[in-house]
Amino acid sequence: MSEMPKPKEVLSGLDHRPPRKGWMDTPVDIRKGMYCYAANPKSVEYLGLPHAREWNPLDDDWKLPENWQEILHKGFKERLDRFRSIKVFMDICVRCGACADKCHFFIGTGDPKNMPVLRAELLRSIYRNDFTLSGKIFGKLSGSRKMTVEVLKEWWYYLFQCSECRRCSVFCPYGIDTAEITIFGRELLNLLGLNIDWIATPVANCYRTGNHLGIQPHAFKDMLDFFVEDLEEMVGVKVEPSFNKKGADILFITPSGDVFADPGTYTAMGYMLLFHYLKERYGFDITWSTYASEGGNFGFFTSHETMKRLNSKMYAEAKRLGVKWILGGECGHMWRVIHQYMETMNGPTDFLEEPVNPITGTKFENARSTKMVHIAEFLADLIKHDKLELDKSRNDHLKVTFHDSCNPARGMGLFEEPRYVIRNVCNHFYDMPANTIREQTFCCGSGSGLNAGEDMELRLTGALPRANAVKYVHEKFGVNMLACVCAIDRAALPTMTEYWVPEVDVTGLSELVANALIVPGQHDRTTDLRGEDLPGREEEEDGE
Amino acid sequence: MNVNYMFSLVAVLVLILLAYAGAGAAGFTTFFGVFIPYLALVIFIGGFVSRVMDWARSPVPYRIPTTAGQQKTLPWISYSYTDNPSSNAGVVLRMILEVLLFRSLFRNTTVEVKDQKLIYRLEKWLWLFALAFHYSFLTVVIRHLRFFLEPTPFFIVWLEKLDGFLQLGLPGIFLSGFVLLAATLLLLARRIFSPKMNYISLASDYFPLILIIAIAATGLLMRYVAKIDVTAAKELTLGLATFRLAVPEGISGLFYIHLFLVCVLLIYFPFSKLMHLGGIFMSPTRNLANNSRAVRHVNPWNYPVDVHTYEEYEDEFREKMVEAGLPVEKGA
Repeated sequence: MSEMPKPKEVLSGLDHRPPRKGWMDTPVDIRKGMYCYAANPKSVEYLGLPHAREWNPLDDDWKLPENWQEILHKGFKERLDRFRSIKVFMDICVRCGACADKCHFFIGTGDPKNMPVLRAELLRSIYRNDFTLSGKIFGKLSGSRKMTVEVLKEWWYYLFQCSECRRCSVFCPYGIDTAEITIFGRELLNLLGLNIDWIATPVANCYRTGNHLGIQPHAFKDMLDFFVEDLEEMVGVKVEPSFNKKGADILFITPSGDVFADPGTYTAMGYMLLFHYLKERYGFDITWSTYASEGGNFGFFTSHETMKRLNSKMYAEAKRLGVKWILGGECGHMWRVIHQYMETMNGPTDFLEEPVNPITGTKFENARSTKMVHIAEFLADLIKHDKLELDKSRNDHLKVTFHDSCNPARGMGLFEEPRYVIRNVCNHFYDMPANTIREQTFCCGSGSGLNAGEDMELRLTGALPRANAVKYVHEKFGVNMLACVCAIDRAALPTMTEYWVPEVDVTGLSELVANALIVPGQHDRTTDLRGEDLPGREEEEDGE
Repeated sequence: MNVNYMFSLVAVLVLILLAYAGAGAAGFTTFFGVFIPYLALVIFIGGFVSRVMDWARSPVPYRIPTTAGQQKTLPWISYSYTDNPSSNAGVVLRMILEVLLFRSLFRNTTVEVKDQKLIYRLEKWLWLFALAFHYSFLTVVIRHLRFFLEPTPFFIVWLEKLDGFLQLGLPGIFLSGFVLLAATLLLLARRIFSPKMNYISLASDYFPLILIIAIAATGLLMRYVAKIDVTAAKELTLGLATFRLAVPEGISGLFYIHLFLVCVLLIYFPFSKLMHLGGIFMSPTRNLANNSRAVRHVNPWNYPVDVHTYEEYEDEFREKMVEAGLPVEKGA
């Protein structure tokens, strides 16, 4: 971050006017701070994906297989035959420009090739040349060009500057979805072994150990045991999480990032306290799995096939343990995969029951086939039926705003559930301006596997629109806490706020719930789950 | 100066000259009045159908609607019926709003940096121009059916009354023609003078616009300025529609230019971005219900993949699991 210019300099230098020279005549400049390191060949190999090798994006020679153009052309054609989305999206864009300034990466960098329309044109230009008559006849005039190493590098650079957030697709009059185009483009790049390491290695880890971080089963249990100790100190009750338990009511799956790093860890502690409460009060039995210990799915950022390979563990584990249904934690792209892909890929799910909340009797009709319920849906249902004892004044020191994570927003429509939960556990909640939340929400700048360290400039400039909106509510209402339902957000947003709005901290939804939850047998609880004193409560402790 | 729009402008001028010289000067009126129109129609219909069939041949493996509103979940949370439809009826409504009112384009905003802040403003011009263009074009096309139908159906008469409600001039002014010309000129100006639009525009974006501008302009000229023999023109067009071919004398070159440009537009249509007319109906982010957790969506090419099974996992980590007190399938 030391090389990163000051926020003011970034904003003064921001220019959204395109250069005079046409985009096809402007070769790609792979710039430090804006790209992620190449995939470690061992990770690529472990998954059995093609063309594992050492290579460096800054080198002239990317050590491509000799017939790389043929591989790409064939891969392109196969996918045109498999995905109507790609075929239609290649053909019908009229370049109306509605998407151009909707991308956080374009807004934050001013790089014209980050306009969604141009990101897609990078691929369309090759499509026209290879697969259309007009492209063959009119050449460059029709916007077509031949595939070269230069073009390939341009693809790589800009396909890993898209976080698949789908914001542009909300504004497109034909619903052209750049996420779909990026997913497809990255799938092609993977045919040539051109993944980034921040994706490839978590994927290999997840395949082997069940989670992106490569935490082995005993270590996973150890990490949760640490939280048990922390909770005992801060709440005064001993929670007993169960692992790989056959016959439990529910299997709980959440991103591994939350057991690993702050502030996600507090969200994990929040889950554990909630599950303890449900067990004590209602006998509701929830188990964690070490085998399916990852909710996220970086396979989604590699290829449809890799996504399916990683995702298979959720149903396999639910079946092995004989649970009734699955509860999913707070995560962004995890929920797009579960909501729009999982059962299509790895279903049907005749071994599970249609999800019913035994505490409230609510049937989760919307999840009756996939049989997986979002924790925010679950919490909203519990709170609505008054099944959680809450003291919302315990969050009175917080002025909270809510960041809609891209995937649950535009690939699901989860807007009211988390807001309902927050309003019931916090007294001070302020939404950001309308064109920066809900379906128009801005990405954290680090989604789709781009939350590495080496691309910090990309991440921080991409986070500008989100930060700008956070700053607005911070200045207007004194907001000091940014809540979210995504593990990548919890990893990325603190870096963003530190740079753009240092006065604001980041939390998960479940942490806020656990802070307000009145647990049977708890002590005075003078701190929150972070061990920080709650204003106005520390005195009671002093008096003792 | 930009090669993309210059090329398109020159191309349209060449087409105009071609028709003027061919039908007007050289007198190949049958070629331009009969052969080309039939050819254009065949290519348009054949091309359109084959493009749509080609899209339809590729399956929709995943249910991937862009959800632009609250999902349907718990019964007490009201959900967005059209922006995030959970039923087919909702999808139909969403598509109607999209196709007839350009719902998504209506959301358009624009961003600028001001005093170290990002400022967003609503930007409805594109939506307005686009709507004006499409509806005026539709009106013009429907009005032109009078040239192919005898007697003129009642709905065309109604439409003409509506279109000519100003009751100005003789012949009465139809608004649609002027709106069409104005909207296309504005859309063209936007492409040329907005740096961002200029940067992303291709020749294939300018060509159809300039072509339509030329069609509208020649049409307006024939109706209001260099008036043509409408009876003779209708004899020709009605002949085309009824296969009683007749190429009457005395139809001006202007008419043949107009007709030829329309034919070029029809021929160009299926091979171009104009196919968004068909494509919008096929767009999986708009035409699917967001109910993938309630109803299983089937992927016709879903194939088995290599997975890392629990057994393999336990085999690798069994000792550590037993030591940590985690349950295992096979006793260690």
